[in-house]
Amino acid sequence: MADNPRKGALGDGIREGERTVKENGEGERGTLSRRQVLQTLAAAGGAALIGASAEVFAENRISGWPDRKGMLTDLTECVGCRTCEKACNQANRLPEPEVPFDEKSVFEKKRRPTASAYTVVNRYANPKSSDKPFYRKVQCNHCNEPGCAAACPVRAYTKTPEGAVLYNKDVCFGCRYCMVACPFYVPAYDYESALDPRIVKCTLCHERVKNGGMPACAEACPAGTITFGKREDLIKLARNRIRKNPDRYIDHIYGEYEVGGTSWMYISGIPFDRMDFPANLVEKPLVEQTKGFLSAVPLVLTIWPALLGMCYAATRNKEGKE
Amino acid sequence: MKEDIFVKEESFPARFTDKLLMGMPLSEYARALITPFNVVAMILLCIGFPLIGIRFAKGLAAVTHASNEYPWSILLGWGLFAGVPLSATGYVMATAVYILGYKRYHSLVRLGVLTGFMGYLFAVIYLLIDIGRPWRIYYPMAVSYGPTSVLFLVAWHVATYLTVQLLEFSPAILEWINARRSRKWAILITIGMTVGGVILSTLHQSALGALFLLAPGKLHPLWYSAFIPVFAFISSIYGGLCMVIAVSTVAAKWLRERADRNFLDNLDPLTVGLGKAACIVLFVFFALRLIGVAHDDNWALLGTPYGFWWLTEVLLFILVPGVILTVGVKRSSARIVRWGAFTALAGIILNRLNVSILMFNWNLPNHFRDIVPPAREVFIVLSIITFHILLFRWILNRMPVLREHPDYPEEHG
Repeated sequence: MADNPRKGALGDGIREGERTVKENGEGERGTLSRRQVLQTLAAAGGAALIGASAEVFAENRISGWPDRKGMLTDLTECVGCRTCEKACNQANRLPEPEVPFDEKSVFEKKRRPTASAYTVVNRYANPKSSDKPFYRKVQCNHCNEPGCAAACPVRAYTKTPEGAVLYNKDVCFGCRYCMVACPFYVPAYDYESALDPRIVKCTLCHERVKNGGMPACAEACPAGTITFGKREDLIKLARNRIRKNPDRYIDHIYGEYEVGGTSWMYISGIPFDRMDFPANLVEKPLVEQTKGFLSAVPLVLTIWPALLGMCYAATRNKEGKE
Repeated sequence: MKEDIFVKEESFPARFTDKLLMGMPLSEYARALITPFNVVAMILLCIGFPLIGIRFAKGLAAVTHASNEYPWSILLGWGLFAGVPLSATGYVMATAVYILGYKRYHSLVRLGVLTGFMGYLFAVIYLLIDIGRPWRIYYPMAVSYGPTSVLFLVAWHVATYLTVQLLEFSPAILEWINARRSRKWAILITIGMTVGGVILSTLHQSALGALFLLAPGKLHPLWYSAFIPVFAFISSIYGGLCMVIAVSTVAAKWLRERADRNFLDNLDPLTVGLGKAACIVLFVFFALRLIGVAHDDNWALLGTPYGFWWLTEVLLFILVPGVILTVGVKRSSARIVRWGAFTALAGIILNRLNVSILMFNWNLPNHFRDIVPPAREVFIVLSIITFHILLFRWILNRMPVLREHPDYPEEHG
């Protein structure tokens, strides 16, 4: 564990690392064990000297846990029945909501996941026919390389081989940097709790999935909106649907590449930004954004003392003349 | 100075009145405490501290505007993100004097180190109020490591640097309690601590900017830049320099009797000297901000309302103080330099609030309504600022900071 701090956090460290080491003798970028960080560092340092940075940064593919599961939400199918919200609430033993799950008035306002709801459904106008609105289910997207995990100073987040991004409240001290980092505004925090606050978010029903089941919302959905399966298969399925019904769907699988790809993906009949999906996301995993800075840290640690020592020596040397 | 008369007394009550009550009998000391300033301070503490109690009884929701979209409120926006660059005083002054050999600034080193130490101490206090489970604050250091996190680095560095600054300031404490032998050791480690302090400061000052690298879609593109760690570090340098100007100005005005001749006589020329350094760094920072816009080719955004706000920050609060400082330095006017320094400090605070609060989530609906802090939170912040000032004054009143201790001349640490 100690020499592979990212194993849990970003999933594919050990497995991917070992495989690629055997195959091509190099760690794979995008998966960060400490060894690989050091390699990257050494490479980046070397590259800075010899000007070969393009080579070092050329490979940027994330394969992640190969068999990880995911979900595909077909936003054209959703009828806004909120059965998924109810199933989620029951499966996770969350507190009873103030407004019952068959109440449609909740759609008048946009909602978000909270400390007492892992998932919510919002309604959006359909530009083509006003009597058939679109609905969007919101919950954690379970990123391939989660920003929350990259942000967490106590490694409370784990990307599991099954696909879920899990949060461990036992090490969390409540800094909420994960919430700052999450591009989807997903983690909710228990601001009402004085001494026992925690982050709350969808777990992709990890326990059920591990025991061979499927997430409660997917199982409960009567409209066939949510499909559970291997992420790879879901991408093929989504492509097929888009190809067969080009009039029904826009040509975009949301989550295939956004912030390095997510386990939960969406296809839609209208552009995603009209349903409040963040449209300005980078395609690289968020962890890439801070990698350059963190790589510079050991350089400062080693170079500064020598540099400052030199300044000190130089001014002392000058002292006699002043 | 009254307390010097008592220095040789050995009995405990004498030491007590000498060290803690500034040489006054208890009744006289208590009377001396009743001043308009202290009364206002007391009122603020009486409002703010119970509110801190409410935070720990009813949760953050009861006192802050923090929400699921806005995880960080002004407790951190002010206390950590604005507070830490203003506390760059310690490493800036120690570097100038001990490493770069600007010995004539010696009389300002202790003030700089104390300002820095207190700034970090209070940044931690703001943090302890804000984080969910403050008793776990050591977790990143001992229980569960998240080395891919920039905040992990910040946690380690702020903790370490707080210790380093305490050690850097320790000669003043040890002179105060007359611990001659320990003081000798404390003086010996000065250079080591200074070098360590610069390294730690370089990294965590920049890290406080780098934290926001993880939120590319959330922070407005005029403030989000790959250079944000460099912005944060470079601006901390003039933040530290200007803060020394500001704190020494205030101290020389209101705690004049605690300062010695050397401090007071040299203050104006030293202020001009600090202003000279600060204005150079300000112009560097100004250029860097332009480069930041050029690097991402965001020029078109300058024509938007957010662009006007950016221009306000960069022209009024970076360029203008730079010009004021230049004029002050050219005319050798400490007064003008002080004006420049205060404007520059306002600019640092504005910049950090922009990054952490005002321009964060700029694209959410109701953004400007959702970031307004409730009065309760404002009073918490005001009470902590008050406590900060009171503790600072308490130390300046007692320990040899603005003066040399008569028993420890010359080799002033």
